[in-house]
Amino acid sequence: MAFTVGAMAAGSVYLLLSHNLVRVLFGLILLSNAANFVIFSAGGMVEGAPPLIAKGARDLAGVHANPLPQALILTAIVISFGLLAFALVLVYRTYQELGTIDSDRMRLAEPPYDDQDIPEPENPHRIHVRDAARRVGNRVDNRMSANGSDPA
Amino acid sequence: MSWFLIAPILVPMTTAALAVLLWNQRPAQRAVSACGAGLHLITTILLMVQVWRGGILAGQMGDWPAPFGITLVADHLSAVMVLITGVMGFGVCLYSLSDMNENRENNGFHPLYHVLLTGVTGAFITGDLFNLYVWFEVMLIASFALLALGSEKEQLDGAIKYAAINLVSTVMFLIAIGTLYGLTGTLNMADLALRLPHVEQRGLVTTIAVLFMIAFGIKSAVFPLFFWLPASYHTPAVAVSAIFAGLLTKVGVYALVRTFTLIFTSDVAYTHGALLVVAGLTMVTGVLGAAAQNEIRRILSFHIISQIGYMIMGLALYTPLGLIGAVFYLVHHIIVKTNLFLVAGIIRRLTGSMELKRIGGLYKASPLLVVLFLIPALSLSGIPPLSGFWAKLVLIRASLEIGSYAIAATAVLVGALTLFSMTKIWGEAFWKPHPEGPARTLGIGDLTATERALLIGPIMVFAALTIAIGLWAQPFLDLATRASGELLERTPYIDAVMGVRP
Repeated sequence: MAFTVGAMAAGSVYLLLSHNLVRVLFGLILLSNAANFVIFSAGGMVEGAPPLIAKGARDLAGVHANPLPQALILTAIVISFGLLAFALVLVYRTYQELGTIDSDRMRLAEPPYDDQDIPEPENPHRIHVRDAARRVGNRVDNRMSANGSDPA
Repeated sequence: MSWFLIAPILVPMTTAALAVLLWNQRPAQRAVSACGAGLHLITTILLMVQVWRGGILAGQMGDWPAPFGITLVADHLSAVMVLITGVMGFGVCLYSLSDMNENRENNGFHPLYHVLLTGVTGAFITGDLFNLYVWFEVMLIASFALLALGSEKEQLDGAIKYAAINLVSTVMFLIAIGTLYGLTGTLNMADLALRLPHVEQRGLVTTIAVLFMIAFGIKSAVFPLFFWLPASYHTPAVAVSAIFAGLLTKVGVYALVRTFTLIFTSDVAYTHGALLVVAGLTMVTGVLGAAAQNEIRRILSFHIISQIGYMIMGLALYTPLGLIGAVFYLVHHIIVKTNLFLVAGIIRRLTGSMELKRIGGLYKASPLLVVLFLIPALSLSGIPPLSGFWAKLVLIRASLEIGSYAIAATAVLVGALTLFSMTKIWGEAFWKPHPEGPARTLGIGDLTATERALLIGPIMVFAALTIAIGLWAQPFLDLATRASGELLERTPYIDAVMGVRP
């Protein structure tokens, strides 16, 4: 159990450190579930002993599972569900308004840099518009020279 | 079960529900909202009177005896915090009637505002750690929505940062609660105070204490966990940022004071020593941040951080005088800070912006606003005879008494730097002419009569309160003394909750 919680917490921290807000959101979900596991294991785990009072008895007898942590977890799950649902909508709305989910590019509420020029983060997977245009242009040029006409 | 105890929570809750029912009926919603806030103020006054006369008030929800049920407790600290919530809630509600635009009101400003008040009040009154967590969440979800209300691009940007960091802090709080429950088997604060000294794993107790310190530290924006605050507080509507500035971080401070005087007092040298270092660094970074900003609400946001440092300092000293100072500072700060944000809203009304470079000429155009700005501004920097002077005096005396000269010197220096950054607002917004010509600056006379009553009225009352606390400091000091006495002498609190034990 302890290792599970540790792995979940480590994974969530990794996700939380991401630029991508959706990943941050996943990190939060994972972290809140890790917290639920902490409460669950802190309550002490007993196998196969539900906290039911035997017929005719007034109190619980013997070793039994603690019911309170489960009530706490239930409350925590409901609350974190609400909060995370809100956070998801917030991220979506932000994407609609700002057109990005990269937290490094959200600087609207910050004071402007001195040089006002925000450096574009390099992304190897994205073809820059200028490169694409050049490539298309080259292709047209090649085809035209193959046809024997002079590219103007 | 005393009605005095439950009424301050029930009233805003009912108001919020009524306001939801009156969705899309703007005039009715506004009326309900204002009446609800007024009624809330009355119930908080009644609670204060009750506690002042009869001492600590405790009630068990559903008549389950402590530590099994959820306990509500009001000692002097809780009562005075609830009272100040009532005062601020009513004042800012009136201000918002004129400040909010139609879009924001139609999107549910009034219900959310009262949910926020419910959460804040509940957090001050509860005597149970898990219940405190729930109230924090109530407050948090309302504050998320209020922050994003209106959906301007800047607001969404601020709200994302605010939401992410606060959710993390909430989870840490929850983990701390879980571990503490595993260790002691109870979550009632008074019961914890009784059981924790008997726990054998001392190291674990201190670890949990630090976990609480971090969780509440993020909420109250102490060094080095404050970055979310200046990133978000200047983005929403003025009334919203005013109530945030006044109350939200202070709930974190209250939770710190409560847990670190009632529950975690076994390893004072370590925990409170760490708090003292944090307090000093918070004061210094906050005020230096303020000196570097050029937007009024951002300057004020950084001031919140440096002021939080003073309150934590009072707690960290952990002497009677130190706690008196902390309580006094809390009350003084809430009034003054809310007021400054409200004044900032009027500045934007009259000049069109909050960027210091783009405004000016207020000194000539509206002398009344000059006075209304100077009172809280000077009070914040600790100029006698205003309330901030007494708050700082008590804290500095408390630190000199136990020979912490470094923190005393820091406190004095930060006071001076606060004054410096206030002169920046003064010079830019009031003294220099407006960059687009004098005609761009309106006077207060240009507002309509209703606007004047709703916008200027609360500011005047808050300013009068600041002066009153400054000139007649004794009753307020008496109150703070009682509160600090109860915080240090824990037995009456525990007895009130648990019943007198043999």
